[in-house]
Amino acid sequence: MARFVMEFERPLAELEDKLASLKSLDITSTPELAAELADLEREVERLRVTLYSALSPWEKVQVSRHPDRPKTDDYVAGLFDQVVELRGDRVFADDQSIFAGLATLDGRRVVVIGHNKGHSTKENVARNFGSPHPEGFRKAERAMKLAARFSLPVVTFLDTAGASPGLEDEERGQAWAIASCLETLSALPVPVVVVGIGEGGSGGALAIGFGDRLIMLENSYYSVISPEMCAIILHKDAARAPESAAALSLTADDLLRLGIADEIVPEPLGGAHREPDMVIAEVGLRVAAALDALAGEDPHALVERRYEWLRSIGVFSEAG
Amino acid sequence: MSINDWFKQREGRRYTVSAPGCPEGKPGDGLPDGVWRSCPQCKRTLYQGDVARCLSVCPHCGHHFELIARDRIDAIIDPESFEEIDATLTSTDPLRFSAGKPYGATLEKARETTCMTDAAITGRASIGGHPVVVGAMDFRFVGASMGSVVGERIARAFDLARDERRGVVLLVASGGARMQEGILSLMQMAKTSAAAGRLAQAGLPYVSVLVNPTYGGVTASFAVLADVIFAEPGAMVGFAGPRLVEQTIRRSLPKGFQSATSLVEHGMIDDVVPRIELHDRVATVLDYLMPDAAVRGGDL
Ligand SMILES: [Zn+2]
Repeated sequence: MARFVMEFERPLAELEDKLASLKSLDITSTPELAAELADLEREVERLRVTLYSALSPWEKVQVSRHPDRPKTDDYVAGLFDQVVELRGDRVFADDQSIFAGLATLDGRRVVVIGHNKGHSTKENVARNFGSPHPEGFRKAERAMKLAARFSLPVVTFLDTAGASPGLEDEERGQAWAIASCLETLSALPVPVVVVGIGEGGSGGALAIGFGDRLIMLENSYYSVISPEMCAIILHKDAARAPESAAALSLTADDLLRLGIADEIVPEPLGGAHREPDMVIAEVGLRVAAALDALAGEDPHALVERRYEWLRSIGVFSEAG
Repeated sequence: MSINDWFKQREGRRYTVSAPGCPEGKPGDGLPDGVWRSCPQCKRTLYQGDVARCLSVCPHCGHHFELIARDRIDAIIDPESFEEIDATLTSTDPLRFSAGKPYGATLEKARETTCMTDAAITGRASIGGHPVVVGAMDFRFVGASMGSVVGERIARAFDLARDERRGVVLLVASGGARMQEGILSLMQMAKTSAAAGRLAQAGLPYVSVLVNPTYGGVTASFAVLADVIFAEPGAMVGFAGPRLVEQTIRRSLPKGFQSATSLVEHGMIDDVVPRIELHDRVATVLDYLMPDAAVRGGDL
């Protein structure tokens, strides 16, 4: 299978291909080729570092959407035992764009909820590319309420371009389903640990996307609107998304600076897909530490503190 | 109430909800009384003075024109009962948003044309004798989008109502979350929903009235978390805008899609209520739901 090359990686990818083809030659008898190979290797390494160590917001958005990036079900499979999946909203359907389940993280029993992008086209079609229908949000809310009843902490994974904007989604109350999740999540009397693993697209992400701790992967984003849509609104031109991405303050660094994210998980050079196992393991440690820090908190105090935190978000002046 | 009674009742109190600092004679929708306008529904030519007296409802066919936030509040509360709160909150362009037109300039222009500090105004009032916190949004102010100030005003409205044992009545219009405040705007959805939830837990009622248009992050947060949801005739309400939905499904939308009437049919709202009846309908709901309504000797 051909590897997926992001737009900004192209110059590097071309060099890497050239390097690979040189390496496949037998160069032991041609010293000048060997020298060229060594030069090229240095050049590739240099470019790799400069390219990936200072990604622009728009480049990070592209990394967050990389098809090989670990998905919610990779984290579930890699980190949790004894998984009992919870399916269906008990009203209409089981929306596979949201995963929900009972799961155990190194001895800690939790409820896991996550946007569930697929690994293949077929999976993505079945999961609507990770864009939930109202049923998905209602399943998520069902899982939240279960967590509350049985005092199980909630761990959520964010990875959606946004809620599904279809005709039937509207008719079945997309806005109502999201709003209801927001209200329920805001008052959930158990610890809620949120992990931004990829895309954090607007209301569809927020519905399961806030709590007592927000951990973001270095190249994940969280935004009120997609950079493309923002560019279309501002300039009628989706190609100006890079400007919008920079203006929207959507990177993990931005969210940390704005007091919305609590910590950032560094990714290997090039993105989480380069070393998925390492990233998944690190996320597991961070989630476990967050759960342990929140364990034993008085449920009422937890909800009050979450409300105080939510109420503190927003910047304005209040002149007398 | 007949239209004539209604006219009589409204006579002379069109601008009782005054905008501080707003020059007299520049209140409403920017249209002076002396101009003629045409009704998009019945195509008749109307004298703006008549339309304004009728709270911007076409006297011939009942078409609901856009109404400014202060007039919306005026139309729903008991006369002279409004006392604005949190009037001095203003946005500070926290992200220094620079893509497209600078946000600071956008705000400046909106303030000038609307005499508002942001897209929502809130205050204490009474409706049918019941103490409420009332709020209204104004589409002329950056599309009635929700940024930090709108989110804060709405959240404070719920908090104040909880503290003072009031109901909450919101007249909602919005293009969605305000993109110029980025993630801060998105988080206002969680903040306002949390505040609405706490009012509900305190046993106090919340009625929302969705007006044209209500979309995006505002619909998907506090707007639809009310105990009773009404919409004005002709209001378009949804999460995704109709053009985006059309692009997604790649066919044309059914007639009436996202209209107030179709929302009733799909079970999403309780009723479509003409502007003229809003005060009485909301008062009746409060008669039932205000915890101390019996003590107050309401109509029940
Ligand atoms: Zn008319």
